[in-house]
Amino acid sequence: MKEKIIDYTNEYPKWNDSMKSTHKILIPNMLPWHFRIIGDVLWQEGYDVEILENETRSVIDEGLKHVHNDTCYPCLCVTGQYIDALKSGKYDLDKTAVLITQTGGGCRASNYMSLIRKALSTEFPQVPVLSVNFSGLEKGSSLKMSLKLFIKLGYAIFYGDSIMWCYNQTKPYEKENGTADRVRDGLVEFLIQAFRKGKYKNFIKLNEKIIKAFASVERTDVKKIKVGIVGEIYVKYAHLGNNNLEGFLLSEDCEPVIPALMDFMLYCIVNVINDREYYGHNAGTAFIYRYVYRKVYGKQKKLIKLYKDEGTFEAPHDFEYLRACADKVLNQGVKMGEGWLIPAEMAALAETGVPNIVCAQPFGCLPNHIAGKGTIRTLKNLYKNENIVAVDYDPSATKVNQENRIKLMLATARENNGRINN
Amino acid sequence: MMKLMGIDVGSTTVKVTVIDGEEILYKSYIRHFARVRETVLSELYNVRKKFDGEFAVSITGSAGLGLSQRSGLNFVQEVQAAFIAIRKFYPDADACVELGGEDAKIIFITGGTEQRMNGSCAGGTGAFIDQMATLLNISVAEMDEYALNASKVYPIASRCGVFAKSDIQPLINQGAKKEDIAASIFQAVVDQTVSGLAQGRRIKGKVLFLGGPLHFLKSLRKAFVTTLNLSDKEAVFPDDAPCFMSLGAALGSKSVKPMPLGSIISCIENVSDSAEIVTGRPLFESKEEYTAFVKRHRATDLQFADIAGYEGDSYLGIDSGSTTTKLILITPDCRILYSHYQSNNGQPLEVVTEKLKEIYKLCGDKIKIRASAVTGYGEELIKSGIKADFGIVETVAHFKAALHFNPKVDFIIDIGGQDIKCFKIKNGAIDSIMLNEACSSGCGSFIQTFAKAMGMEIDKFSHEGLFAKHPVELGSRCTVFMNSAVKQAQKDGAGVDDISAGLSSSIVKNAIYKVIRASSVSELGENIVVQGGTFLNDAVLRSFELETGKEVIRPGIAGLMGAFGAALYAMENIREKSSLITESELDGFTYESKSANCHGCTSNCNINIISFGDGRKHVSGNKCERGAGLKPASSELDIFAYKQSRLTECIKKSTGTRGKAGLPLQLGMYEQLPLWAGFFESLGFEVILSDKSSRSLYFKGQHTVASDTACYPAKLMHGHIESLLDKGVDFIFLPCESYNIDEHCSTNHYNCPVVAYYPELLKANNERLNANNFISPYLDLNMRKNTVQNLYRTFSGYGIKKREIAKALDEGFKRLEEYQRDIRAKADEILEEARKQDKQVIVLAGRPYHLDNEINHGINKLLTSLGIAVLSEDGVFDKTQAVKVDVLNQWTYHARLYRSAHFVAERDNVNLVQLVSFGCGLDAITSDEVRAILEKNGKLYTQIKIDEINNLGVVKIRLRSLLATVEAEKNKNTQR
Repeated sequence: MKEKIIDYTNEYPKWNDSMKSTHKILIPNMLPWHFRIIGDVLWQEGYDVEILENETRSVIDEGLKHVHNDTCYPCLCVTGQYIDALKSGKYDLDKTAVLITQTGGGCRASNYMSLIRKALSTEFPQVPVLSVNFSGLEKGSSLKMSLKLFIKLGYAIFYGDSIMWCYNQTKPYEKENGTADRVRDGLVEFLIQAFRKGKYKNFIKLNEKIIKAFASVERTDVKKIKVGIVGEIYVKYAHLGNNNLEGFLLSEDCEPVIPALMDFMLYCIVNVINDREYYGHNAGTAFIYRYVYRKVYGKQKKLIKLYKDEGTFEAPHDFEYLRACADKVLNQGVKMGEGWLIPAEMAALAETGVPNIVCAQPFGCLPNHIAGKGTIRTLKNLYKNENIVAVDYDPSATKVNQENRIKLMLATARENNGRINN
Repeated sequence: MMKLMGIDVGSTTVKVTVIDGEEILYKSYIRHFARVRETVLSELYNVRKKFDGEFAVSITGSAGLGLSQRSGLNFVQEVQAAFIAIRKFYPDADACVELGGEDAKIIFITGGTEQRMNGSCAGGTGAFIDQMATLLNISVAEMDEYALNASKVYPIASRCGVFAKSDIQPLINQGAKKEDIAASIFQAVVDQTVSGLAQGRRIKGKVLFLGGPLHFLKSLRKAFVTTLNLSDKEAVFPDDAPCFMSLGAALGSKSVKPMPLGSIISCIENVSDSAEIVTGRPLFESKEEYTAFVKRHRATDLQFADIAGYEGDSYLGIDSGSTTTKLILITPDCRILYSHYQSNNGQPLEVVTEKLKEIYKLCGDKIKIRASAVTGYGEELIKSGIKADFGIVETVAHFKAALHFNPKVDFIIDIGGQDIKCFKIKNGAIDSIMLNEACSSGCGSFIQTFAKAMGMEIDKFSHEGLFAKHPVELGSRCTVFMNSAVKQAQKDGAGVDDISAGLSSSIVKNAIYKVIRASSVSELGENIVVQGGTFLNDAVLRSFELETGKEVIRPGIAGLMGAFGAALYAMENIREKSSLITESELDGFTYESKSANCHGCTSNCNINIISFGDGRKHVSGNKCERGAGLKPASSELDIFAYKQSRLTECIKKSTGTRGKAGLPLQLGMYEQLPLWAGFFESLGFEVILSDKSSRSLYFKGQHTVASDTACYPAKLMHGHIESLLDKGVDFIFLPCESYNIDEHCSTNHYNCPVVAYYPELLKANNERLNANNFISPYLDLNMRKNTVQNLYRTFSGYGIKKREIAKALDEGFKRLEEYQRDIRAKADEILEEARKQDKQVIVLAGRPYHLDNEINHGINKLLTSLGIAVLSEDGVFDKTQAVKVDVLNQWTYHARLYRSAHFVAERDNVNLVQLVSFGCGLDAITSDEVRAILEKNGKLYTQIKIDEINNLGVVKIRLRSLLATVEAEKNKNTQR
């Protein structure tokens, strides 16, 4: 490096924690039920957060106007959601901030931050963008992460996953329409209270409560086709990003199988550990990550045991099992974006009776060329009935086009099902 | 027995089949012109006239989904429908290819059933063929006839209609034969199907061909049969192919509850329009508003002079555009004597000579043409054909014309048939130029194609939109996507008027937000002149004014501005005697066009030779002067040429005792070849390099491409692998590297995901590769010790000692460092030499693999032929400090771009052109930053998107515009 760094950065408003008392923080909605719990956790920490629920066409239009044509769809959705909200007049612009996560990985996702900043700069130059990350990025404008908050968020994700996991296995089979939704609403409220009362560490009891509540919903005994959803993290989960894929699958009389958010967290953690094992990167960092991994994975194992003991629902994936699945398809060195997690989930789903899969990705997603579409051939060779449709999400890709392709996958699924049953 | 009925609603047609047991009672095939419900109903009425009783009915087809959902009738997915029918009627078929209006499908039946459908970004379908026919201005049937008499097939990008257009347009303008172009289009469709859909799986055995295009087009059939190498017995074209899906849907209705026909009809009659369409505001609230609007724009028209009565001098301007040819003859005081605007029908030279004859006749002896100038895509051809005095780059022509209408003009936007051009004007010179990139060309010809599809003339179609109550919001993206959006709107019941208005506003939004990329409309400036044929369309003009909130100037000759600018240029630069072809010469004017391959170098460019009656020749399609039989410009000041030879010199050509190591020269290997060549040679391996990239190399590996939206360099890699396998190497080496080499000027130093992990994709999708012949260890080259360990483990089977590995790696790094040092030294040398010779320097900044001539399409040679010295980003970046940018600076190659931009910003006579591979997601981020760095320092930013298309015409316009601006800037500075 030469003597001096030339600074081409533009001035932008930074977040500092003193704004806690003055600013409202807007959060994009990726997983509504998870985020309701997480939102409340942050609120308890003194952050005035609001999870955005604007999901109309104007959100996408704002995104199109403010984000580069070739930028990925999630960035476009999130930016559009912010701008649409800020334009709504509902917020005091001098006292509003927006939040975005950064993983620090090698794909574009960690740059959403600066893209959002750029998009806001003309019309909302006073609105700070704050980063949530664990990699030491954006030191001047990130959320202060205490160990306690960190742990709380971990629990919140676990509970959110548990609710999502049970709900998806209950909703298609409920006898009385709407029961599963009522149970879900009640549980989210209950968990928020548990966090407020400081009882969130009661991992076993709370999860038992979740499982039992859903297990008590009266079920029909029809058989439905299970369809796994994997892919890029945002379009995999967010209704805005995937045209409500979950709802579409339900309307097609299927059971959507959506793997847990915690698996993505574990995936990120393992990648740091792998950097040590593959390349000999920093031992100290790896030591800490290994510790965190052991803790979280231990919890996951306990959770799985609860599901198995109770017996109503399929248990969630065991992360070590996912890693073993990955090894059959794609090297764990592929760590950008959702990397090896995608084929790992596709293989695990196939092995657990869910060979029908929608692999969702933003149009032109770079890591997905390799980890998504690139692995389908290997998977098909491994699992005879593997039935994957890769769907691109994009502001202008029409719903009809996407649904038609998913329908083709479903037609094949039904046919395969018929063959297996006879 | 109960009757079964299948209704297939495709994107353009409705097919109905009724069967009773084995017997087909009724079948029909009609176009629906977007009136889906009405067409289906009228067909059902026909059925009612003939039959009674109960029917079990199913709907199928891409446009049938919505109809089925809203009518409550059963739906069978169309591929499934085809499959049902195949099993019934052709139980021995091995595979099936079906092309529809907007979809392409393959069903593999034997050897593992599999059904595939094109993704959301894939042309290669009926709509694509229609679009291409429109471009050639012939009907699809005529195109089919032409293709049967072809003698040659040109490579045409088949991925998407927009790209194919950019390939075809230059062919048309260069005078390639229609027969050959038509055949090339059909071949492109075949290639798309084979590569995009089959993806590695061979289509063989008894193959069934279905769908409208394959039924009606003989040439398309022929192309498929030849490409797939099928015998007459193997290729089956069923007579009922167009109705096949409806037949399948009928068969698929067996388990559906039968209903009386009357109930089925009322189900469909009761389908309501969906409420899902988003609408915008009307273009005009009232007729009065429209009248005022028209009156205001009338004010900016040129005066006419009567050619019959006028005597004196005149100036001729010709704009040979992509789809249209424009001529104008003006008096010295800028009155129009003659003007002409017509579609060039793919024969621009013919149009020009014919019109020129007419002009000469009208002029007689009293009007003298003192000077002439040509501009536009066809500039060179026309200029040499009619011996015009000047050829000028079209941006300059447009600017000249706009200045005439508003001397204060600070923003010009020109939307033509094929492209969008925008330029900002600062201090009387073009300050920045924005052209539409291949992917966002929602331009004039799109409306035209669309009007035709609706069975309407363009004028009537756009007029319909003026008073639409609820214009449909169609988004602002590439035309292929827009096509589907329109289709969806139609399905949802939007009227022609609403769609017309929606399209106009889409085109405008596309221009403002995607081409200009304005973050707010105030950026566009105060004095806007709009021009180009598309703006003659009042609906587009109005949309533009509404979107910008500004009143703009649209000259009455909006479509002739290029020609007018050329005429003005001719007038300003008048010479003693005009060289223009004389009337008598014109009478004997003939020409003949011939295509050939240039053998001047290993590129083997496709060239077109036009021989004129008087013995002169015009050569086009050539990348360098060699093709035209001239001596090429010296490559002394071209670092690309230097790098290309220096790179391969890194292999010392030692014969190996341990075996042959194959290195595929693509992606990251373009940077690390010296390293790995050194490594393997030091270990005693013979290093074998893959073949040079070429179109045919790409085709060689095309069948293993898994994701057709990946960048061209990545897709080329597949061919490199094949070539190495054919050379019989012991193994191919290509490491996976999440991290690139840290050059200590960025937050992190990743590779892009494609460069980092492409080996995984290659391994997974090429069945010839296995763990023994394809070695791709995960390495982080910054961790030397660890790398030695990893490589030691990787090559454990070869009995190599760790010590040897370490030594070999040292040798590798030594060669890499030497290579990089030499590049930087050469860059210094070129800079110095350019300074001495007072030459302009352009840094062609991209990635290491942009050095590949198949990827950069010889842009470096183009530059040297224009008298420019060429540098590359890796030669200059380290001559300046690290820079801090707004985005997360986390990729090694991208950090080089930022520093190169700063390097350029610090110097006079040095400019930067960024090369961006289409589909490069990361460059969506870097290009804005590079632009910001340059613009902050008052430099022009030029970006060139490159893909498999080989269309240097557009590139040339950009580069010449850049040079013209730089030149103007320089002149101004010296005058001061």
